[in-house]
Amino acid sequence: MGEVIDILLAVSFWVAAVRIATPLIFGTLGELICERAGVLNLGIEGIFTVGAMSGWMAVYQGMGLWGGVLVAVGVGMGFGLIHAGFTVGLGVSQHVTGIGITLLASSAAYFTYRTVLPDVTSPPRIEPFEPIAIPLLSDIPLIGPALFHQTALTYLAFVSVIVTAWVLYRTPLGLAVRAVGENPAAAEAQGISVVAVRTGAVAVGSGFMALGGAFLTMSAFNAFFFEMVGGRGWICIALVVFASWQPAKALLGAFLFGAFDAFQVRLQQSIGAAIPYQVFLMLPYLLSILALILVSRRAAYPRALMVPYRKGER
Amino acid sequence: MSKVAAAPVLRLTGITKRFGPLVANDRVDLSLGRGEVLALLGENGAGKSTLMSILFGHYTADEGTVEVADGAGSLKELRHGSPAAALEAGVGMVHQHFTLADNLSVLDNITLGTEGLWRAFQGRAAARRRLKTLMDDSGLAVPLERPVGTLSVGEQQRTEILKALYRGVRILVLDEPTAVLTPQEVNQLFDTLRRLTQQGLSIIFISHKLDEVTAISDRVAILRAGKLVGERETKAVDRGELAELMVGRPVELHGRDPQPRGVEVARLAKVSVPGPRGGMDLKSADLALFEREIVGIAGVSGNGQGALAALLSGLAQPSGGSFSLFGNTVTRFDAGAFVAGGVGRIPEDRHRDGTVGDMTVWENAILETYRDGANQRAGWMRIGAARDHAKGLIDAFDVRCPGPDAPIRLLSGGNMQKLIIGRVLENRPRLIVANQPTRGLDIGAVAFVQDRLLEAKRAGAAILLISEDLDELFQIADRLAVIHSGHLSEARPAEDLTKRQVGLMMAGEGQGAHAA
Repeated sequence: MGEVIDILLAVSFWVAAVRIATPLIFGTLGELICERAGVLNLGIEGIFTVGAMSGWMAVYQGMGLWGGVLVAVGVGMGFGLIHAGFTVGLGVSQHVTGIGITLLASSAAYFTYRTVLPDVTSPPRIEPFEPIAIPLLSDIPLIGPALFHQTALTYLAFVSVIVTAWVLYRTPLGLAVRAVGENPAAAEAQGISVVAVRTGAVAVGSGFMALGGAFLTMSAFNAFFFEMVGGRGWICIALVVFASWQPAKALLGAFLFGAFDAFQVRLQQSIGAAIPYQVFLMLPYLLSILALILVSRRAAYPRALMVPYRKGER
Repeated sequence: MSKVAAAPVLRLTGITKRFGPLVANDRVDLSLGRGEVLALLGENGAGKSTLMSILFGHYTADEGTVEVADGAGSLKELRHGSPAAALEAGVGMVHQHFTLADNLSVLDNITLGTEGLWRAFQGRAAARRRLKTLMDDSGLAVPLERPVGTLSVGEQQRTEILKALYRGVRILVLDEPTAVLTPQEVNQLFDTLRRLTQQGLSIIFISHKLDEVTAISDRVAILRAGKLVGERETKAVDRGELAELMVGRPVELHGRDPQPRGVEVARLAKVSVPGPRGGMDLKSADLALFEREIVGIAGVSGNGQGALAALLSGLAQPSGGSFSLFGNTVTRFDAGAFVAGGVGRIPEDRHRDGTVGDMTVWENAILETYRDGANQRAGWMRIGAARDHAKGLIDAFDVRCPGPDAPIRLLSGGNMQKLIIGRVLENRPRLIVANQPTRGLDIGAVAFVQDRLLEAKRAGAAILLISEDLDELFQIADRLAVIHSGHLSEARPAEDLTKRQVGLMMAGEGQGAHAA
């Protein structure tokens, strides 16, 4: 028990929790935007990978950190457009296309990495985003350093949540996105182009996913490794359900998961070899499954999720 | 003097539309006056929907013009094939199947698409003010903040009408608007429509129900096989004439024809059936069915009819009460055993539950009897015999189709239903569970289905007839019960009830609706 309290009172734990949460915030927001428009995007895992690789590679090629961010987002949106082309334009299965996009995007990332850097044994490191302390706010005990002494991308994630929530609930565009995810025929009858809105939402959502990947190489690990995404994309899919498709709850879900993950690492260290470490690794996933079961029973999912829309059909 | 001559707001001239060899609309001329209610009457497939789809720009006419009056009252030709142009010209439509997003609020559904997409704010407050005025003027009251999915069907329809009014339509097309309403809601709708026409709205009212057409319209235009076969002032026409114009021959609907009631076939005592999401779809229902009797179940669909029909055909298992069939208490709920035991099922949704669309007519004809000796021997299908059998059914029940090898999805709803009825009746069932057997059929097919049910009753079957159509129930049912949110009222002789009483009970208001 003492160990647990020690962990919870350590500043480093809270900082780590928010750091782990950041890519999940981006990914969950991205998936949420796609699903709100009625498109499941299982390409997320691959788009994370390609975002991580392309952002890092752009910085390594001298485009600067923000240049890298733009490249990552652009590449992510590109893969999003491919996904939208198949699932929205042609109306084919969203599951199959999404898994295809994941395979395609991660392979493309590895291929590019190996083609550009054929001879390296360990990936070159880049100069990452540095933490920025926000004056006054970062002096608050525990919460201060956790929330207000982070890198620019983490702040961008916070802002993205607010902007996404605003757009979804307060603007005509957001209403159009929600409407095409609920009943595309109704939206079309009101003069809204379902294809355009869904395609746009998938592209923007995929851009967010790529940002999540870029955070890994440009703010966390400073280099690109194979398999570095390690299922974060899939976690985001679960977090969207946990969040009942609401941006604010997505933020909460990402924080919870980040906290569990940071907690299990520290618990491993303090409890030591008494329990196999794999048990600790399982912990955040077990807890998220549990949370998912409890929360998602009442979730009001978008009615037209995974339903392809073809004009003129009932 | 017709209102058209005074101020036409819409004129269709020489509209022709062909789909391959089929002429869906054949030189149709139609005009609509300001503040007029024009009823468009016709059977399924007569071309009503095609004509309205052309008006809306969903289809492009092969010949002819559509002209709509602008704000100043002069007719302007409408651009072909553009729904946006129709909306802009002030034409609105309420489809039979609503186009509403269930999880969005009424307000969001109405304002959707009316504002520029790139605005930073939704003008909710202004929209709410405008809608308040609209609601006061039209008498259409809807709770604006509630999600549409939580509203009653009547409220959803009001939302659809408000949606059109909010866009400032001057011409409103209503496609079979009463199909889903209780009689009281129909009256309310008609009051609203009268109020709206007084304010200058022009209405096209699509229907195949004669009594509604005569109640609400100023003028009736009758379509048959794509052609405009008549236009009548409503005041100067009788229903018989309208029916004959619509069908092309005299139609006779047969009445109740009471028979001495036979032995008890099925009895429910305090039977409850659980719903898919917890709760009970059918709550402690009591019902007895006898040979040579039709018991009608009235109610707005979705109030437990499905559970009742599923129970009686062995597809649902009760969670309480006792259920006896043909004198034995039922313990094993197995649809196949029910069919073999003498239960005939006419399912509510002939496409989803009644037939397999991509399978042929003959395969569909033996769906319930494919294990019989007539259709298989030692596990091998007797295809020749099954096809001959299907041919017999096609002849006996006047199923119009290319032949027994055609996929059944190519058949019209009426012909599909005839095949299903044939399939059920040839087994000489002792109990027939008919769930909405005439819904969506045109008047000729309705008469055919009703006559077959009456015949089966005379031959000794007990029939449970679930219907939303009160006219039908009062026409052929011997006893009537009402189902409302899972509560089944006591079945009483139809001649002791009035449509008004039953209508109130359908809305959950009448006494007896909740009687255990």
